[in-house]
Amino acid sequence: MSAALVVAGVSRSFGGLTAVHAVDLSLEPGERHAIIGPNGAGKTTLFNLIAGELAPSAGRIVVFGQDVTRLPPERRAALGLARTFQINTLFPNLTATENVLLAVQGTTPTKLRLHRPIESYRHLYERAAHLLDSVGLAGKGSEMVRTLSHGEQRQLEIALAIGGTPRILLLDEPTAGLSPSESQRLVRLLKRLETSLTLLVIEHDMDVVFEIAERITVLHDGKVIADGDRDQVKASPLVAEIYFGSD
Amino acid sequence: MTARRAIPFSACAALLLAVPPFLPPYPLTLLTQILIFAIFAMSLDLLLGYTGLASLGHAAYFGIAAYAVAILATRSQASFWVCLLAAVFAATAVAAVFGFVAIRAVGVYFLMITLALGMVVWGLAFRWVSVTMGDNGISGIARPTLFGVSLASPLPFHYLSLAVFFVAFALLWLVVRSPFGLSLQGIRETERRMRALGYDVWLHKYLAFVLAGGFAGLAGALWAYYDGFVSPVEVHLVTSVETLLMVALGGPGTLFGPILGAAVIVLFKNLLSIYTKRWLLILGLVYIGVIVLTPKGILGALRGARR
Ligand SMILES: Nc1ncnc2c1ncn2[C@@H]1O[C@H](COP(=O)(O)OP(=O)(O)OP(=O)(O)O)[C@@H](O)[C@H]1O
Ligand SMILES: [Mg+2]
Repeated sequence: MSAALVVAGVSRSFGGLTAVHAVDLSLEPGERHAIIGPNGAGKTTLFNLIAGELAPSAGRIVVFGQDVTRLPPERRAALGLARTFQINTLFPNLTATENVLLAVQGTTPTKLRLHRPIESYRHLYERAAHLLDSVGLAGKGSEMVRTLSHGEQRQLEIALAIGGTPRILLLDEPTAGLSPSESQRLVRLLKRLETSLTLLVIEHDMDVVFEIAERITVLHDGKVIADGDRDQVKASPLVAEIYFGSD
Repeated sequence: MTARRAIPFSACAALLLAVPPFLPPYPLTLLTQILIFAIFAMSLDLLLGYTGLASLGHAAYFGIAAYAVAILATRSQASFWVCLLAAVFAATAVAAVFGFVAIRAVGVYFLMITLALGMVVWGLAFRWVSVTMGDNGISGIARPTLFGVSLASPLPFHYLSLAVFFVAFALLWLVVRSPFGLSLQGIRETERRMRALGYDVWLHKYLAFVLAGGFAGLAGALWAYYDGFVSPVEVHLVTSVETLLMVALGGPGTLFGPILGAAVIVLFKNLLSIYTKRWLLILGLVYIGVIVLTPKGILGALRGARR
């Protein structure tokens, strides 16, 4: 049985700073996995390496048995890899529906069609409406994204990431800036996702982490310092000192 | 199209169809010019307003098509349809080649490269005297007779231009409203997200560039027949800049904006140049005024006022 995602000895440095240092990670299909670690630990950099926005200085990245280390982000997306961004990266001057439509058609050949108005693709609109509904943005479809609140934009981030029906989903601090009730809805949404979906989530809120992830990797100064289930990670003295100790 | 938009749209189309016979010759030719430049400006807006690519060399495709018509019509006495097809094909083909070079560049480098490619075409028009007649240009391009009607006089030629304009508008309208058209706007907004969503951004930009070149060619071919004369002016940087102004002034990212911008600039150019040679300077000042007062162009200002 091949793993959904393998990160093997991946490093990346910026000048003298090694942001990610020989990280190993392996996710089975359907696994729910969290990455935690203090600010500047290299979590987002690791996501950028997995998604293909950054090239690693060393190591390999394998998605469903295929080496993608040299593939650009769009080719990885076509293989079923989707992500959200820690800082909202949306289309501010398009409507919420148009934003989600772009996500829905992004992994289909429809994106290159130019002989029919997009309105005539009913199934795209139905899926977009369903996605907006599931992230709590029902009724906001015709609003310009730049006019949405920060919390609403955060939810739209999620809708965009799941819009292309990915097989691997990377979420970078999805609850940052959400109200407790919005957070709870997000957790429910994540738990409802298809069980075959592989989930890798960076998250600071430990309640959220324990609720959605079965495995946790702790990153510190670019290195993996602990990896295991909830109890194993909690029991690690290094983690207690560096991570929980700092709260 | 929604009903709210269909009504003013049909009213405009009806006016354009009904008014020409009642216009004196000079205003009629100005209206013809406006239609031709509106096609040209809409084609540039596909790049500037929809995709977010500011090209400084768009006159190259307009000019290549104009030269193609001039050469074929004067040397080979080719028919209108042959000239038109060859001209659009030539513009599209050159855009397909230049696109390979230009689309890799981003931001100001894209501006520089399109400028440089435009200069190459201008240089050819100027120096390749055996084909282009250089500075003298090619004159004596006779207007055709179509379906038994001679287009030599202003009115029938105007209706030909109007027909081509309607076709170009309809096709571009389809393109910008299509899934592909939405992808271009996504690229304009946030290229990074588009790549994360699975879009080959290069390919989409390249296709937009080639399409824009083809429609600029359509305008250029009409222009050659309209003016009966083609010279390096048609491919000059000033022509590219004027067209950019049309788009920016009228309202980028819409199809009506460039039409409005083309109308304003063609009128300005023709009416002001009677009084002063510095019309480009005055135009620049007007442009700065518009940018300061309303960054979304005249159309944006009108829409803002309605709300
Ligand atoms: N493009 C870059 N150029 C230079 N340095 C960078 C770059 N991206 C990240 N870094 C540095 O790499 C280190 C890791 O950053 P990263 O954003 O991956 O941390 P993080 O774990 O996501 O932190 P946070 O919890 O604050 O989001 C930081 O010191 C950061 O300054
Ligand atoms: Mg981060």
